[in-house]
Amino acid sequence: PVCVAMGDWKTVTVPVLPSDGKNIFQYTSERRISSPGMNSQVLRLPLPSSKSMHTFFSAFCTEENIEQSLSYLDRELTTLGFPSIFAEPRGRELNLISVINCMNELLVLQHKNLRAQEEVEMQHLKLGSDMDHLQNCYAKLKEQLELSKREIVGLQERDRQLQTKNRNLHQLLKNEKDEVQKLQNIISSRATQYNHDMKRKEREYNKLKERLHQLVMNKKDKKIAMEVLNYVGRADGKRGAWRTDKTEARNEEEMYKVLLSDFEQRQKQLLVENAELKKVLQQMKKEIISLLPPQKQKPKERSEDGPVLSDLEEDIGELNKENMWELSCETVREQLTNSIRKQWRMLKNHVEKLDNQVSRVHSGALNDKDVISREDHELETEKLELEIQQCKEMIKTQQQLLQQQLMSPCDDDTTLLLQDCYLLEEKERLQEEWRLFREQKKNFEKERRSFTEAAIRLGLERKAFEEDRGAWLKQQFLSMSTDYKHSESVTTPSAFLGSKYWFKLCPDQDNRLAKSASRQRKPHCLSSPLSAESWQQTPQSITNNSAASTPPARDSKPNQWEESEGEETE
Amino acid sequence: MNFSELFKLTGLLSRFSPNGKCLASCVQYRLVVRDVSTLQVLQLYTCLDQIQHIEWSSDSLFILCAMYKRGIVQVWSLEQPDWHCKIDEGSAGLVASCWSPDGRHILNTTEFHLRITVWSLCTKSVSYIKYPKACQQGIAFTKDGRYMAVAERRDCKDFVSIFVCSDWQLLRHFDTETQDLFGIEWAPNGCVLAVWDTCLEYKILLYSLDGRLLSTYRAYEWSLGIKSIAWSPSSQFLAIGSYDEKVRILNHVTWKKITEFEHPTTIANTKTIVYKEVEKSPSAETERLSLPPSRASASSWFSTQSKYDISQVPVSLHHIKPVADRANPKIGVGMLAFSADNCFLATKNDNIPNAVWIWDIQKLKLFVVLEQLSAIQSFQWDPRQPRLALCTGNSKVYLWSPAGCVSVQVPMEGDFQIVSLSWHSSGDSMALLSKDNFCVCYLEREEV
Repeated sequence: PVCVAMGDWKTVTVPVLPSDGKNIFQYTSERRISSPGMNSQVLRLPLPSSKSMHTFFSAFCTEENIEQSLSYLDRELTTLGFPSIFAEPRGRELNLISVINCMNELLVLQHKNLRAQEEVEMQHLKLGSDMDHLQNCYAKLKEQLELSKREIVGLQERDRQLQTKNRNLHQLLKNEKDEVQKLQNIISSRATQYNHDMKRKEREYNKLKERLHQLVMNKKDKKIAMEVLNYVGRADGKRGAWRTDKTEARNEEEMYKVLLSDFEQRQKQLLVENAELKKVLQQMKKEIISLLPPQKQKPKERSEDGPVLSDLEEDIGELNKENMWELSCETVREQLTNSIRKQWRMLKNHVEKLDNQVSRVHSGALNDKDVISREDHELETEKLELEIQQCKEMIKTQQQLLQQQLMSPCDDDTTLLLQDCYLLEEKERLQEEWRLFREQKKNFEKERRSFTEAAIRLGLERKAFEEDRGAWLKQQFLSMSTDYKHSESVTTPSAFLGSKYWFKLCPDQDNRLAKSASRQRKPHCLSSPLSAESWQQTPQSITNNSAASTPPARDSKPNQWEESEGEETE
Repeated sequence: MNFSELFKLTGLLSRFSPNGKCLASCVQYRLVVRDVSTLQVLQLYTCLDQIQHIEWSSDSLFILCAMYKRGIVQVWSLEQPDWHCKIDEGSAGLVASCWSPDGRHILNTTEFHLRITVWSLCTKSVSYIKYPKACQQGIAFTKDGRYMAVAERRDCKDFVSIFVCSDWQLLRHFDTETQDLFGIEWAPNGCVLAVWDTCLEYKILLYSLDGRLLSTYRAYEWSLGIKSIAWSPSSQFLAIGSYDEKVRILNHVTWKKITEFEHPTTIANTKTIVYKEVEKSPSAETERLSLPPSRASASSWFSTQSKYDISQVPVSLHHIKPVADRANPKIGVGMLAFSADNCFLATKNDNIPNAVWIWDIQKLKLFVVLEQLSAIQSFQWDPRQPRLALCTGNSKVYLWSPAGCVSVQVPMEGDFQIVSLSWHSSGDSMALLSKDNFCVCYLEREEV
C-alpha cells in the first residue's frame, strides 16, 4: 500500500509506464488550482480502469485509517465549500445524506470539469491546427517574399546592365558623330589645301603655256597653214560680211529675239495650262456643290460671316456667269481658289459625317431597315457565291453527262438501246401522266357540261322562281302588304337558294375529282367568281386538273405547286 | 532584221551622214564612203596618216579627217572628189577638231589647249580663241547652230564665252562660279546653258543665253559629284547622274529637283519589269549535222543563243565593289540618255555594270531594268521612236521597246564583239561597231 502524505498535498510526479492496468497515472498539479474549468496547465487524468480503480481506492483508505481518511475528506470538502460530512462538527458519525450529496456534487463537478476539459482540448486542437495553418502560410509567404526579392534583385541587375549598355551606345554614337565631324573638318581642310596647290600648279602651267605659245607664235612656222584647192562658197550662199558695230547690234538683237521667242512660247504654254486648270477647277467646284446636301450649310456660313460673304458670293456668281474667270488677275484667282477650298471643306465634312453615320450603324443597333450591316451583307454575298458555285457545278456535271452521252462511241444498236433506256422511264411516266391528263380532261369536260347544264337549269329555275316570286309579290301586294319587313326577307332567300344550288353541285364535283389519281395538295380555297366567301370549306381546287402535264424536272414541280396555290389564296 | 556583211574598221570611226544617205568609215588611213542602203562604195579617200577622228559637215557635203599625231586635218568633198583641203597645225599640235554648224569652218584645238583656231573654208580668215578650257566638253553648239559656247580659264578662274556662229562675234563673256569647270551643254531649245563643275564638287549652274545666271543646284557636299548629265529633248528636264548612284531631275521652270532616281542593287518594287538575259542552250539539231562541219554552223555552235526572261521581283543585281583608292571610280551613274519622245530615260549605274535602267518620265518611276550577262558597252535611243539598242561586247545586239525586248544574234563568222552602235537618223538601220569591223543592221518597220 502506497502511503500518501496527508495534509500537504504536494506535487507528485510518477514516471509514466505503459498503461497495462497498473495504477499508473500522470498527475501534475498545484495546490493553487481550485477553480474548476480554468486550467493553465495540462491536466490529464486518464480514468483508470475498473481494476485500477479498486486498487486506487484501496490505496487511499484502508480499514485501519478510516477515521483519518474521513476526517481528511471532511476537511477537504469543507475547504472546497461543501457541507461537512459529519453529523456534528467534531463527531464521528457520518451524515449519510450529506455524504451522498457531497458525492453527487463531486460527480457533477467532475462532469463539469470533464466537459470543460473537453472543450478546452477541442479549442486547443483548433488553435493548434490554426496555428499550423498560419505557420504554413507564413512559411509560404516568406518563400514568396524571398523569391520576389531575388527577382527584384535580378531585374535590377538587368536594368543596370541595360542602362550601362545604353550609356555605352550613346557614348559610341557620340564618338562616331565626333569622328564624322572631325573627318569632315579634315576633308574641308585638305580640300582647301588641294585647291591652293592646284591653283599654284595651274599658274605654273599657265606660265609654261604662255611661254610655249610665244615660242610657237614666234617661230612663224610656215607649216601652220591651210592648203585648199579652192575656197568653198558659204553654206547659205551669201557673201561674207565685215564685222561692224551694226553686226554686233544685230547679233544682240538676234539673241534677244531668240530668248524672247522662247519666253513667249513658254508663256503661251503656261497660259494654256492655266486656262485648262481653271476650267477644271470650275468644273470641280460645280460638281462639289452638286454633291453637297443642298441648303444646310449655306445659312450657317451666312450667319457667321454676315454680309461680307454674301457679297463675295454674289461677285463670284457674277463672275461665273459672265465667264470673267478668263481674267487672270489676282483677286479672281484668289476667289476661285478660296471658293474651291471652302466647297471642298464642306464636302469633306459631309463625307466625314456620312462615315460617322455608317460606323454608328455598324456598331450600334440597326435602326434603319434599308441599311444592311456589313456582316449581313457579307454573309449574303457568301451565300450567294456558294449558290452560284453549286449551280455552276451542277451545270458542269450536266454538261459533262450530256457530252458523255453524245460522245460515247458505240455501235448503232446499243446507242439506240441506250438512248431508249435513258428515256424509257421518262416515256413511261410521260405516258402515265398523259393518261391522267386525258382522264382529268374528260372529267373536266364532264364537269363543265354538268356546270353548263346546272347553269341552264339554274336559269330556268330562276326564271320559274322569278315568276313565282312575281306572282307571290302580286299576291302580297294585292292582299294589303304594309309589312315592309317581308320585302327584305324576300331578297335573302334567293342568295341562299343560289348557294344551295351551288352547294349541291360541289359534292358531285368532289366525287369526280376524288376518282382521278391526280396529285392532291393541301386544301385550297376556291376563288369562284360568284361567291367567294362561302367557299372556304371546299377541299378541292379546279387547278388540280392543269397539273396533268408532265414535268421534266420533278423536283421543281412541287414548289411550283405550292407557289401557285399560295398565289391563289391571296 | 537584216545584217550586212562585215567591213573593216579602225578606231570605231563610222559615221552616218546627217542627211542619212551615206556612211563614212575609216580603215587605217583610208576613208570609205558608202551608200547607206546598198553599202556600195561611193568614194574612197586616202589621208596622210592614221585617222583619229572623222566628222561630217552639217550639209553632208564635206568630211573632215583629223590626224592628231601629225597635227593635220584633211577635208574631203563628196560632190567633187578631187577637191582637197589640208590644214596643218604644225608645231602647235592638234588635240581636237570639229566643224562649225554652218559646215564651212573648222575649229582646231591645239596641243595643251593653247588656243582654238577657227579656219574658214570660204574665206581666208582665221580666228583664234584664247585660253580654252582643257576639259571634256569645252565647246558646245546650240541645236540650231546659231551660237557656240566655249569654256575658258584665265587666272585660275573659269569663264564662258558665247559666240555668234555666223560671224564669230563674241556675244557674251562671263565668269562661272565653278571650281574647275568640267563641261558645258546647251539645252535643245538653245536658251539655257548648263555648266557643271568637276566631280570633286557637286555643282551645276544654269545660264541664260544672254549670260545671266538663272540658277545653281548643289545636291550635297564633299562626296564625289556629277558624273554625267543629259537634257531632255523638249528642254523640260535636266537629268544629272552623280557618283552617289542617283539621278536627279531638275525642271526647267524652277530649276529645282523634282525627283531623284535611285539605283539600288536590289529591286523590290513589284511594278518594275526586270528582263534578265539568260542563255538558251544551243539547239542541237542533230539531223543537220554534217561532216566536215561548215564554218557557219561551227560558229553557231559556239555562240550561245540568249533570250530574255522576266525575273520575279525582288531581284538582286550583279554589282561590283569599286576599288576605293583609285581616282575616277567605277561607281555612280555614268551613262544617261533621254528617248527621242521625251518619255523614257535610260541610265547605267557603273557599279551595276550589267544593267540598264529605263525610267518612265511621265510617271517619274522606274519602268524596266534590263540585266545582261556581261557589262554594257553602250546604248543609244532610236532617233524616231522609243526604242533602245544596246550592246555588251558580244556578238548580240539587244533592242528594247515598251512592247518588249529582244536579243538578236548577229550572224557573223568568227568573232564580232560589238562595243559600240549608232542609229541611222531615220531609225531604220544602225551600225554595229567592233574593234576591227562593223556591220550595218537593217530593221523592218514591224520590228519590236
